[in-house]
Amino acid sequence: MASPVAGHSPPPFFRRGPAPLVRLVLLVSAALTLLVVDYRLHYLELVRQALSVVATPLQIAAGMPVKGVRSAGEYFADLARLQAENAQLRREQVALGTVRLRQEQLDMENTRLRSLLDMRERVQVNAQVAEVIYAVRDPFSRRVVVDKGMTQGIEPGSPVVDDIGVIGQVTRVYPLNAEVTLISDKDQALPVQIARTGVRAVMFGAGSGTLELRYLAVDVDLREGDRIVTSGLDGVFAPGLPVARVKSVDRDGSGGFVRILCVPVAGVEAHSTVLIMTPGKPVEPEAATPARKTGGK
Amino acid sequence: MNQPSFSSRRILRPVRPWFIWLSLACALLLNLMPLGRTPVLPDWVALVLCFWCVREPQRSGMGTAFVLGLAMDVGYGSLMGQHALAYVLLAYAAGTFSRRILWFGPFRQSLHVLPMLVGTQLVMLLVRLAADAEFPGFTYFAGSVIATLLWHPISFVLLLPQYRPENKDENRPI
Repeated sequence: MASPVAGHSPPPFFRRGPAPLVRLVLLVSAALTLLVVDYRLHYLELVRQALSVVATPLQIAAGMPVKGVRSAGEYFADLARLQAENAQLRREQVALGTVRLRQEQLDMENTRLRSLLDMRERVQVNAQVAEVIYAVRDPFSRRVVVDKGMTQGIEPGSPVVDDIGVIGQVTRVYPLNAEVTLISDKDQALPVQIARTGVRAVMFGAGSGTLELRYLAVDVDLREGDRIVTSGLDGVFAPGLPVARVKSVDRDGSGGFVRILCVPVAGVEAHSTVLIMTPGKPVEPEAATPARKTGGK
Repeated sequence: MNQPSFSSRRILRPVRPWFIWLSLACALLLNLMPLGRTPVLPDWVALVLCFWCVREPQRSGMGTAFVLGLAMDVGYGSLMGQHALAYVLLAYAAGTFSRRILWFGPFRQSLHVLPMLVGTQLVMLLVRLAADAEFPGFTYFAGSVIATLLWHPISFVLLLPQYRPENKDENRPI
């Protein structure tokens, strides 16, 4: 910068602002600050919500061509295939109808027995049907976006299931849609138990669509093909929902733990219609023993 | 087609600023298209941003990159600042090498672009691995290779509004 001579500054022919290196340092430090504040302190959710209101029309516009192509494909879908699907759905509906009748009867019986035994009532779970719109393109995590959001009363933390088993948990709620972190995500933890033996454990995503049971001793009673269900210990997921099936058990763990890989039973990576349940409230321990909180984030 | 570079004799009209913004907005829309986890899709915003930072370093630079990066972070739901950091570094590199890159033809230009795009992805990878994310596998870098192959066509398309008709005039030297 030339210094002004006798109160006159040089004419601004080539005004360029600060030097590139200075600008680089400023912006990089701003980005790093944002990263740390978002990752460590989680202060930016509000900013993200506000910006997403602006970004939502953009996302809808970007989704339009994809949606158009997809609906055109459905329009030209084979009539015979649709008829077969319809017939199958009818059959399933009849089958489910009988199951429902039995279920109502069993529910009544269950309440009566529970009242006889003076046990606590099971919590009624409400659920909303939602459609998975797309998988988030961020390659480092496994999340999907569903078409229900804050306006439909979706809360963060809600369990998400499909017709077979657990899919994941709602982690971010936007005004019109919500982000579901799948159970195969590396950061998603789920308190589970082995259906056959009742051993409790914590399930984590292991990458490439598989799940891993961690922190189980080498001599644990576990076989390939065992069913894993939610334990409900976190109070968020209802107990007994199917989660996964054991694929391989590797017992020569050098760390003292057994390495157990599982495959999810629900169509976790296949995206279709899902059920978003209202989250249960985490159960407070009755005695003064402060239990460590397990489960979803 | 003779691509305009410093060494060619082709002269371009000046760029219109709104066209830079329009092309960047289109790239953002292409990136936000809900196509799922397909690793071979190029990062259009990085490609177009790199193009304008090489072509017009005075008009688009690190500030533009930062704003676009924040938009991408919100759109992808990734860590806030992840794309912003990577794009700012990309814009700095592209702006620094702009006067060198424009001396080359389209093929050698894309050879310069490849390391910059891979570096951008590498920055994002390091940021996410530091934040305990899952390693997405080496197909993650396929997007950059595809984007490099697209460098020649995309620079032709983005320069279209600046071409002037090639009417030969015997009395005019250029």
